[in-house]
Amino acid sequence: MANETRKLTMVKAINLALHQEMERDDDVMVLGEDVGVDEGVFRVTEGLLKKFGEQRVIDTPLAEGAIVGMAVGMAIYGLKPIPEIQFSGFAFQAFHQIENHAARYRARTRGRYHIQMVIRMPYGGGIRALEHHSESEEAYYAHTPGLKIVIPSAPRIARALLVSAIRDPDPVVFFEPKALYHAVREEVPDAEETWPIGQARVAREGTDLTLIAYGSMLHKCLEVADRVKVEDGAEIEVIDLLSISPMDGEAIAASVRKTGRAVVAHEAQRNCGVGAEVMARIVETAFLQLQAPIRRVTAPDVVYPGFARERGWLPDAEHVLSAVRETLRF
Amino acid sequence: MPRKSLDLPPIEYLSILDPEGNVDTKLEPKIPPDDLKRLYRTFLLSRRFDERMLRLQRQGRIGTFGPTRGHEAAVLGSVYALRPTDWVVPYYREWPAYMWRGWPLDNLVLYYAGFAEGMRVPDGNRDLPLCIPIASQLPHAVGVAYAARYKGEGSVTLAYLGDGATSHGDCQEAMNFAGVFQVPLIFLILNNQWAISVPRSRQTRAKTLAQKATAYGFPGIQVDGNDVLAVCVATQEAVERARQGGGPTLIETVTYRLSMHTTADDPTKYRSEEEVKTWEAKEPLIRFRRYVEAKGVVDERTHAELEAEVDAEIRGAIERAEARMKPNLLEVFEHVYAERPPELEAQREALVHHLAEIGETPPS
Repeated sequence: MANETRKLTMVKAINLALHQEMERDDDVMVLGEDVGVDEGVFRVTEGLLKKFGEQRVIDTPLAEGAIVGMAVGMAIYGLKPIPEIQFSGFAFQAFHQIENHAARYRARTRGRYHIQMVIRMPYGGGIRALEHHSESEEAYYAHTPGLKIVIPSAPRIARALLVSAIRDPDPVVFFEPKALYHAVREEVPDAEETWPIGQARVAREGTDLTLIAYGSMLHKCLEVADRVKVEDGAEIEVIDLLSISPMDGEAIAASVRKTGRAVVAHEAQRNCGVGAEVMARIVETAFLQLQAPIRRVTAPDVVYPGFARERGWLPDAEHVLSAVRETLRF
Repeated sequence: MPRKSLDLPPIEYLSILDPEGNVDTKLEPKIPPDDLKRLYRTFLLSRRFDERMLRLQRQGRIGTFGPTRGHEAAVLGSVYALRPTDWVVPYYREWPAYMWRGWPLDNLVLYYAGFAEGMRVPDGNRDLPLCIPIASQLPHAVGVAYAARYKGEGSVTLAYLGDGATSHGDCQEAMNFAGVFQVPLIFLILNNQWAISVPRSRQTRAKTLAQKATAYGFPGIQVDGNDVLAVCVATQEAVERARQGGGPTLIETVTYRLSMHTTADDPTKYRSEEEVKTWEAKEPLIRFRRYVEAKGVVDERTHAELEAEVDAEIRGAIERAEARMKPNLLEVFEHVYAERPPELEAQREALVHHLAEIGETPPS
């Protein structure tokens, strides 16, 4: 059994992590809007209610603030709640609970209470959704001490990261790139896998330029790396950040010291975005090895448009490709 | 027949001990003399501590302080109804409850002097820390109560809020969740008539705050908040119901904040002297003193002894707190995460280096 794998989408991989962690630990529970009978609007919580019952799989009234706030209280008691926010655009109505309380309880009580919880939320664009359903908000959270922010890029790593997040003693905001929910299938082992929070991975090795991305942008960057190899003969190293906070500055520095060139790409708007932090780290740690200015590929600093205009607004492989070529040619 | 009156529960008002010290003996709770004496002592301790803290603030020895004078009966009457295994979720004025539950007093002094370690809840105490953002502690109380029931412990949670907090989304959300999940939780409103400068009449058009419970499907009651006995009885009933699986209760205690909101505001700007005088006449400490004297629990001599005792306790606490007021800046890097991430460790080292450069001794 231990060596068996299944080809899973990200939805199924995350669901596997929830099933296994809830089996392993009675204190792990799921709460949110439509997580029970409906099994989540994306079916991420499928089968949980049937297996674990309504004490542990809690369909809540519709109120994001109370969902997260109640989870804070459960965590104070020692439970390990996993609140789901249906779409990350609605999490602002719980932001004060995340910032004022989930992130700070350990500090406020000087270690007497800590909040072991994972706030799961689908995020990001590209699925032709309504207003407030497509934004990328990771930078808001990354600015908050006491929180950890992770963003998986594929099914297998999503499962491993979620298991680590559930077992992490600190509150973790777990952003699920919904454009990837069904886009990729991967072999995922039944046996337990974890991935340390705070650790990036090298998704593709290269020597000429470092491309740093996360979430669904990672796939566009890998596509660009393939094309550049064929069309330009350059080897691009692609770093999958995975953890936005804490950020793996060492992995970024090591790669840029080797390649001397860097491009960072994300879906979120530019101003004070995660890309700015990545660039700052590179300047602090690999400035003398840089052979070209660092470029960033981001969405423009405007409100996420209606889906009729999201193509072209959302950074795509072509945007990344031109930034990579300009940096290589500098 | 489309129009008719709906059968909604009436809202009760409970008062047992009037301002003159008369007791309705039919409603009077049976509080053992030792408990009465301890309650009175804690009342006195809280009152003298409050006065002393105001002076410390004026002397610049502590920071902004929010006094609790006028609230003590509501806080002590309710917390008395709990067992140590029950949970207390305060807002930021209910440290008489902490005193009742045995917190070291120096922790409170330390906290108000700007040292976060003062808010470390003592190990074993089932209390939450003071909470500044209004009403945001109430969803936590729902989660704690939910968890207690899940664990099958039979413990009850008592959450405090002010009249201003009832205007807040978090209050509505928490009460709604509590009703839906039928958790063992008591919401106790300290309706002190003012949210800084905004009167109760500007928080809601509703006749009472207690009636809000009806909307969430659980009982609500209004009690005289300057009457220890009434608050105690209402809370005991609510605790009993919660323990039996009967779900939440809302208790509105009608009281008055006799001092300022905090040392940062001037109440003479927004409320009349006459109003304050009316409430001074219903002052809860004098009323409770009349009661314990009538019960023979406290006389002139024991009263003087208790005054001397609490005075010494407060002086000792301030001395101990001031001895603990070490700048120790690196303390801020503790307890942010379970394990410090590398970037934060680097920032800490940079600060150690900076402190050394400017000649400050890094802490031990």
